[in-house]
Amino acid sequence: MKEVAQVVAYIPRLRRYARALVGERFAADDLVQDTLERALNKLHLWKRGTDLRAWLFTVMHNVHVNQVRGRREYAALDAEALELPVRATQDVGLETRDMERMLMQLPVEQRKVLLLVVLEDMSYGEAASALGIPIGTVMSRLSRAREKLRALMEGLPAAGRLQVVK
Amino acid sequence: MSDAPITEADLQAHVDARLPEGRRAEIESYLATRPDESARLAAFRAHAEQLRAAFAPVLDEPVPERLLRALRPRSVRLLRLAAAFAWIALGGVLGWQLHGSFAERGERQPPAPIARDAAIAHATYSPEVRHPVEVGADQESHLVAWLSKRLGAKVRAPNLESAGYSLMGGRLLPGEPGTAGLATPTAQFMYQSKQGTRVTLYLRTGVPAQNETAFRYAREGNVGVFYWIDRSFGYALSSADIGRDDLLKVANAAYSQLNP
Repeated sequence: MKEVAQVVAYIPRLRRYARALVGERFAADDLVQDTLERALNKLHLWKRGTDLRAWLFTVMHNVHVNQVRGRREYAALDAEALELPVRATQDVGLETRDMERMLMQLPVEQRKVLLLVVLEDMSYGEAASALGIPIGTVMSRLSRAREKLRALMEGLPAAGRLQVVK
Repeated sequence: MSDAPITEADLQAHVDARLPEGRRAEIESYLATRPDESARLAAFRAHAEQLRAAFAPVLDEPVPERLLRALRPRSVRLLRLAAAFAWIALGGVLGWQLHGSFAERGERQPPAPIARDAAIAHATYSPEVRHPVEVGADQESHLVAWLSKRLGAKVRAPNLESAGYSLMGGRLLPGEPGTAGLATPTAQFMYQSKQGTRVTLYLRTGVPAQNETAFRYAREGNVGVFYWIDRSFGYALSSADIGRDDLLKVANAAYSQLNP
């Protein structure tokens, strides 16, 4: 049960990563919830003494891959949910929305690498093992993600801001 | 400078401050004569900073109760057991199709308890011809006062006339045992349109406040459910008679009635 307490301590970080990855609060928490349930069921497979955080992100990556596969309907619903009267969340500013929108324009595999390295401050080796890819692939995806983000950032004042007005 | 050629990977690692000391010096002298490259890496670093700043507030948000619940194995099992009993009890009403869809879903993604409970309650009572409600809409003020007393919070039956639904009445339902052990009852209001289609609004009190008010949709067999959390209330609007889009309109009406 001590492990469960450790898992609880990582929930905020899992939520942060999921939010940046998925872009929508409920869908992100769905991802975290599925990850936690799966982690709880598989906790006996986690090797004691190894990095629990890295293992949790691996679990989340696998859950996410499965979710994306069977998730068409959710995507449509999320779009609907945005049009409904939702009380403003005071903690999400315009910059966060801009950032979310730009992240969503990165291919998901590049986004994952960027977020693990930048948000989670994982080493390239940790990111590689969390995603089950070679380090070389981490490096090339990281480079492409950054270039794409830079292009989006620099294009922002022209196109992006206008769409955010509410 | 050493013989090792400077690669894009080196430059990325420089952005992330992950180069060994010696290599870093080499990269720095390489960049010293290349302002464009320098500027590019500086932009990457700035963007990383913005990215961290944008999502830092998430770390301070309260963790939603449902995530903590996901780590409580016993309660999950109890809920599943309760759900299994409910399916057995409803077997005749809903048939094996519903059971099958639940079983197929397995552990992958259990629907929120409120959506499931609401769907069960809807499937149980909405087909009733003679006794769909315990207290009719003709005694609405009594109904609301009674349910408020039993749920321990001021409840309201939203007026859904704008969506074409009239209140038929409501009933008290058992709640599921909470973490404290004691079950707070739940309530169901039933509405009917002129065409005879029915929707039910299921509500529960004592839901941990999460500031989460977006609608979510779930399907349990032939029952569609929109559910949301508002302050300490959990709401779920169910129907087996109308499609998702129409149900959404009613959910919208209910939401705006409950949040004038």
